[in-house]
Amino acid sequence: MLCEDYVAASTIEEALATLASLRGEARIIAGGTDLAIQLQRRERTGIKCLVDITRIPGLDEVRVKGPQITVGAATTFTHLSSSPQIQHLAAALAEAAAWVGSPQIRNVGTLAGNVVNAQPAADGSIALLAMDAEAQIANLTGRQWVPVSSLYLSPGVSRVDPTSEMITALRFRAHGPREGSAFERMARRRALSLPLINVAAYVLLDADCTRMREVRIALGPVAPVPFRALQAEAVLKGQLIADDVLTEAIETVVRESKPRSSLLRAGKEYRQELIRTLTRQAILRAITRAKGR
Amino acid sequence: MKRTHPLQMCLNGQEVNLDVQSGATLATVLREQLGLTGTKIGCEEGECGACTVLVDGQAVNSCLYPALKAAGREVLTIEGLSPPGQLHPLQRAFIDCGAVQCGYCTPGILLSAVALLRKNPHPSEDEIRRAISGNLCRCTGYLNIIKAIQKVSQSS
Repeated sequence: MLCEDYVAASTIEEALATLASLRGEARIIAGGTDLAIQLQRRERTGIKCLVDITRIPGLDEVRVKGPQITVGAATTFTHLSSSPQIQHLAAALAEAAAWVGSPQIRNVGTLAGNVVNAQPAADGSIALLAMDAEAQIANLTGRQWVPVSSLYLSPGVSRVDPTSEMITALRFRAHGPREGSAFERMARRRALSLPLINVAAYVLLDADCTRMREVRIALGPVAPVPFRALQAEAVLKGQLIADDVLTEAIETVVRESKPRSSLLRAGKEYRQELIRTLTRQAILRAITRAKGR
Repeated sequence: MKRTHPLQMCLNGQEVNLDVQSGATLATVLREQLGLTGTKIGCEEGECGACTVLVDGQAVNSCLYPALKAAGREVLTIEGLSPPGQLHPLQRAFIDCGAVQCGYCTPGILLSAVALLRKNPHPSEDEIRRAISGNLCRCTGYLNIIKAIQKVSQSS
């Protein structure tokens, strides 16, 4: 038994009105692959009603309009990982989506739920940070776009108030010429396994593909929330693609991130080695993709 | 107060109508209200896949899936995989290849395999492994399960 009541909303407004009318005792559910477990284990209490948003028309769509990709809040990881558009225009996100949970989890779990659940190693969140994505937050007063990076407060807690708000969509720029991204992950097995380290990288190269004009590197779980390696990005920005600058940037990532020894994951030193290996692979694959566009 | 709601779905090819508790999971409704105990409950947290059923052709963990989310959808459980008294080719292959030991994981693995072969009739070994990666088996060691799925994909 998950809760006492269940409402299938047919519009975003109806979902928000239901949340408001139940004054803190209702939560949005899409895939429910995190929430249902928390309810089964009684880790979240005081929730009497689930508001299903998966029947809201259009909310499970991926739309590409000009240079912008918008992912509806009910879009599943299976949809993202198998979408030729996402594979081509946002490769890191397609690769991250393919890593989540298991086929059964990916068939129902959503990217927006991954953000609201705010785990520091959430594969979808790490990819979205590298894509510099924004989330649209809706409440009864309106809707606003905010950077995804501003949403994470602490492990498991996002800035989205689950008693009165919901994410309706995520958006980011589609890769254009000389842009590329990639996602890397190490875990004990290739399914249903927490990442020891996951990394997403994005690069934009200059006109002759020799320098990195823009770089974004996101990784987890190396901090209480999904982490952008801003200092390492600054090391690479404007530089010629060369092994020494890449090594300097990767050592900067190691210095600015704080992986801990964890029985669930691995020792700190081993995880630092993984940061070196996986960050290098992610950046190099993103560069290769950028050169091919 | 626990509320009940009417649930209408297409279950194993037949329309069913029943009242379910609003917060019940699909696994509970299948097993306890409809008597379809072929769907197993193992971990109740989406790790073991014993509760796998197909909803609109996609494998889901029915222990985490709200029953009311299945409203209007097509649900396939192991009981509906083949007509009474007959075996689905995958069931036959699982027996022939020794892919069943205790049998607790078998319904879920069969349904994951059905979902795979409907979408991809001739998968590679890696694709088979990925398709059943959400199903744990603690007896067979998986090799005979993979052989059984390969046997069906090669004969189609």
